[in-house]
Amino acid sequence: MKKLIQGNIALCEGAIDGGLEAYYAYPITPQNEISAYFAKVLSKQGKVFLQAESEVAAINMVLGTAVTGHRAMTTSSSPGISLMQEGISYLCGCELPCVIVNVMRGGPGLGNISGSQQDYFQSTRGGGHGDYYHIVLAPYDVGEIYEFAKESFLLAEKYRNPVMIIFDGYLGQTMEVMDKDSQEGRLNVKLEEKIDKSWVLDGCKSREPRKIRSLLMVEGMLEELNWKLYEKYRKIKENEVRVKLENVEDADLCLVAYGMSARVAKSAMIKLNNEGYKIGLIRPITLWPFPEKEINKVADKVKKFLVVEMNLGQMVDDVKIAVCGKGEVSFYGRPGGALVKESEIIENVKKFLSK
Amino acid sequence: MEKISSENPSIEKTKFIKSKGLKDKPHNYCPGCGHGIVHRLVAEVVEELGIREKVIAVAPVGCAVFAYDYWNFDVTEAPHGRPPAVATGIKRILPENFVFTYQGDGDLAAIGAAELIHAANRSENITIIFVNNTVYGMTSGQMAPTTLLGQKTLTTPHGREVLRDGYPIKVCELISVLDGARYVARGSVTTPKNVLTTKSYIKKAFLNQIENKGFSIVEILSMCPAGLDMEPLETMEWVDKELIKYFPLGVVKDV
Repeated sequence: MKKLIQGNIALCEGAIDGGLEAYYAYPITPQNEISAYFAKVLSKQGKVFLQAESEVAAINMVLGTAVTGHRAMTTSSSPGISLMQEGISYLCGCELPCVIVNVMRGGPGLGNISGSQQDYFQSTRGGGHGDYYHIVLAPYDVGEIYEFAKESFLLAEKYRNPVMIIFDGYLGQTMEVMDKDSQEGRLNVKLEEKIDKSWVLDGCKSREPRKIRSLLMVEGMLEELNWKLYEKYRKIKENEVRVKLENVEDADLCLVAYGMSARVAKSAMIKLNNEGYKIGLIRPITLWPFPEKEINKVADKVKKFLVVEMNLGQMVDDVKIAVCGKGEVSFYGRPGGALVKESEIIENVKKFLSK
Repeated sequence: MEKISSENPSIEKTKFIKSKGLKDKPHNYCPGCGHGIVHRLVAEVVEELGIREKVIAVAPVGCAVFAYDYWNFDVTEAPHGRPPAVATGIKRILPENFVFTYQGDGDLAAIGAAELIHAANRSENITIIFVNNTVYGMTSGQMAPTTLLGQKTLTTPHGREVLRDGYPIKVCELISVLDGARYVARGSVTTPKNVLTTKSYIKKAFLNQIENKGFSIVEILSMCPAGLDMEPLETMEWVDKELIKYFPLGVVKDV
């Protein structure tokens, strides 16, 4: 069934259809539609809704529900996500599944409340302390927001690891048509085996007591955990990379962009191709794991890459690593909550091609 | 060890039975530390109330994080100061389980003050066991929010001063003014009498949760000889003489 829906509300519907059981959050713009929606809906369904006293408390409430093996989520925007980083590090160290959503706004500091993509580094590098990663999904339309939210719990449980969904404030506010029955935009998470719940805390009835911890003081134990996580991350990289490639086969230049930037880049690509240029688009859907191999393969033929981001240049570093010297990588972006412009992308493409 | 034989093998007296709430494992706490006593009191109350298989406990950051090695029920770790938020996330999704946090003075009254106040204010149906020994033990003895005026610590080498460091926080009195706080009591573990009274406070606080009455907290004045740089016996005497003067024992609130 098709319906007109706002990005932030599509997220709520996706999470509910995906089996969300508890939601904790603290108010912050531009994502307040989410908690308003959940406040109305979740309690009626017998699920948990709680407005926390801070983002610090919210992420730790998520941690509390996650240790019981139930599906918990929090949503916030950039400054709030910064406050959650300690908790996210613990969630990764304790291997707890949950979903965290960042509707990004301009920074640094208090910044503004416009849409931005300035938290790419924070999201993809493990924004807290210690060696860890979580899966980062970057939807680019309202339909994808719905589908990613719906499947994110399964993905989190499959790997006992947090999943983060990030999109900019503009996409969160965008109203567009979504079709829940459409196959488009689905992650199609594959389960090879049944999800393991042998670790959850629910009271030690008819079993030995369990503990959940990341503190490992005995010599060698923490190193062992880190190698175990490394192996998990390797599997995620092997199985969960998602990327959309358009017109890359015979392109002279590929645009590389995700989220809202990818939408603007796509319309620039169409205009340029109509003018006779050969332009392709690489749209990473998982920002971690990054489609490194896929981009590297494209670079066998394509020798110019223009990365488009709503920041000062963050994903461009990953594209350079992926291209690995096989071609030239250039950057166009606007920081501070400014939207990238189609005309400026076109101008940059033409300049880059004529070099 | 359940039974101790007397010299006459025909008479066997039960002198001490270890609670089923504790694993049969020696503690690694320092000599004279109060955690062993408080762990045992909690374990005994859990056993007496028949809730061992329902418990999900939240351990703090600090020495007592190792509670998860000693208690014989489910325990999770939490970031420093966050146990009340973690406990909220557990109790809200599993209201039929029994959820308590075990926290020290730094964890509860400094870095975790916000989480404490708001869990109490929401009257979360959880219980907090708050061990107050007036010092950061695991990090080698810095000033805590409950350190007495004039008390020497690693970071107040000439004694705690009001103008620089402020006053020791009376957690029970502070929490008791919140409407959400249902049961607030302060005990100590320095004498057999105090130990028994404290156990009755813990029992009452746990019963409150079972009866869905809302938020309860029991503060327990305890000993940290290593952090306070005193002999074990001296620490007990100091708690009895000095600490109780500022932190009076008794039930502060019961509604």
